[in-house]
Amino acid sequence: MEEQYLLKVDNLHTHFFTKTGVVKAVDGVSFSIRSGETLGIVGESGSGKSITALSIMKLVPNPPGRIVEGAIYYNGEDLMSKSEKQMRRIRGNKLSMIFQDPMTSLNPVFTIGRQLVETVRAHRDLSKRQAEARAIELLTLVGIPDPKQRLKNYPHEFSGGMRQRVMIAMALACDPELLIADEPTTALDVTVQAQILELLKRLQEELGMAIIMITHDLGVVAEICDRVMVMYAGRQVEFTNRIALFDHPKHPYTWGLLDSIPKMEKEKRRLQAIAGHPPDLRYLPQGCYFADRCKQATEECKMHEPTLTKLDDHHLVRCLLYEDIKVEST
Amino acid sequence: MINYIIRRLLLLIPVFIGVSLLAFSLLRLIPGDPAKSMLGNKATAAQLQSLRLELGLDDPLPVQYKDYMEDVFQGDLGYSIKSHDSVLEEISTRLPATLELSVVALIFAIVIGVLAGIISAVKRNSWFDHVSMTGALFGVSMPIFWLGLMMIWLFSVTLHWLPPSGRLSVGVHLQLITNIYLLDSLLTGNWQAFKDSFEHILMPALALGTIPMAVIARMTRSSMLEVLNQDFIRTAHAKGLAKYLIIFQHALKNAFLPILTVIGSQFGFLLGGAVLTETIFSWPGVGRYVYQSILSRDYPVVQSTILIIAVLFVLINLITDILYKYFDPRIRYD
Repeated sequence: MEEQYLLKVDNLHTHFFTKTGVVKAVDGVSFSIRSGETLGIVGESGSGKSITALSIMKLVPNPPGRIVEGAIYYNGEDLMSKSEKQMRRIRGNKLSMIFQDPMTSLNPVFTIGRQLVETVRAHRDLSKRQAEARAIELLTLVGIPDPKQRLKNYPHEFSGGMRQRVMIAMALACDPELLIADEPTTALDVTVQAQILELLKRLQEELGMAIIMITHDLGVVAEICDRVMVMYAGRQVEFTNRIALFDHPKHPYTWGLLDSIPKMEKEKRRLQAIAGHPPDLRYLPQGCYFADRCKQATEECKMHEPTLTKLDDHHLVRCLLYEDIKVEST
Repeated sequence: MINYIIRRLLLLIPVFIGVSLLAFSLLRLIPGDPAKSMLGNKATAAQLQSLRLELGLDDPLPVQYKDYMEDVFQGDLGYSIKSHDSVLEEISTRLPATLELSVVALIFAIVIGVLAGIISAVKRNSWFDHVSMTGALFGVSMPIFWLGLMMIWLFSVTLHWLPPSGRLSVGVHLQLITNIYLLDSLLTGNWQAFKDSFEHILMPALALGTIPMAVIARMTRSSMLEVLNQDFIRTAHAKGLAKYLIIFQHALKNAFLPILTVIGSQFGFLLGGAVLTETIFSWPGVGRYVYQSILSRDYPVVQSTILIIAVLFVLINLITDILYKYFDPRIRYD
């Protein structure tokens, strides 16, 4: 029997219908996540990470965006068949999300107390007083000192790191089973980044929720993720566990990503950036999308689209280098 | 905050002096002689001269100004050259009429304008958006006097739905307290008078409120569109909040600052626009009074009314500025 997944995304296609053409932001992504697990989604800007997350929440701005194909199962229930009203009951409740920029993600004209209380009361039948007590509890949980007083403060009276803690508190309001964190540390100072990651790790241990961590920072992956999905141009190019990703990365794009991180222990050398740009998602090339930037690319790569190949139980890769049956060029 | 309000109120003094000086000198720059307009063309030079002497019109301008300001600061706004009535008394019965008209016009403008703007923003590019924004364009470009006359023609002359002029029908009695008829009829529980005065105010208020309504609608739409694209709106959706809460609380409160600015400045416009509206609908307010006084070169009336309207305008701006703080807690006044 198949293992029970908390969330299973199957062949997700989210496209944006713009005046200049169809942008295939997410184009056939499949993955799943178990309770209590942390899944990393890694990739450059525009690789489709955030849109994947928004698709799960069914918050893709429509128009122009739309999920054109695929299925999303949450606790065995198909989210695609849920109405907006039903989705609203799930969002912020069992499935919650935090965003990249805590400066702009909180409403500047309401106190954080009000913003926490309304989240709690949107999903729980609590009085204002009870919801306030819950808000204080949440702020304590995320390590905000003097929570009772802080409820009366507005977002601009907090530092960036503190705001992200408030965002996390808000996401945890109803004990979510899955927290989607869309680059939660990107906009923060390095020292604060570490604190927020620590906090997420601690909360996960205490509350047992699953986390989808969207990031372009492999350092974050090393810190917190169990499994990692690498995305490129709207598709997953490699999917494996953290150890395999760092020890035996398979996809040339992953190599590139790893090469572009500075390492302390190695001798000084120039950081290797991946040359070129990701393809325009409106005019995707034939063959492998990464072929233009890939040092290993052959003529074949530009002709034939690689499929996601299973190397072993824990490793999937989309690259002709690993396809068992090589397509002969004719 | 208190300090800020006191500071702003102190600023009223220079504004007061400036406006009075301006009104005083502008009036005397325009051609025309109050003595002549009072006595008519057949008056002799001696009669005219003696009247000028009596009114102090032959004093040097600085002396006239000084005398006038001295009186004003003692609460004496002078007497109408024409009717010899106390200007203060005249204004105190007419100002409530103008305020009532302006406030009702503004309420129409805000309620309809903000609602249309919100719906247009939320349903961008829908038929509603196109219709209401085209309507707003017409509204902005419509001269009040033309719109007013068309309304009278349609609703009074042709359809006989609404009275064409005045504040209250003959035969309807109302005990006056504040001189604001809608309020007075509510205070005295006089429903007949309330209905009647509402029917009287409906057309002039709509005519007067059309331009502000259109301006408010367009501002609301653009401000809401900007706010609806903000990250915190996405957060609100991600929290599972109901859509109406997101639009009417999260988005509207953020979008309201520019709308409030427009409302504040439109109120000043309403006080000015009242001159036309009151003339067309024979509304016994300050606007019509000023208009008639300008025609007869009734210096004290025009000067004093301009002063009062200027002070009102400054006070409204102060209230707007204080309200900013409610809509955006990031605003600091120190």
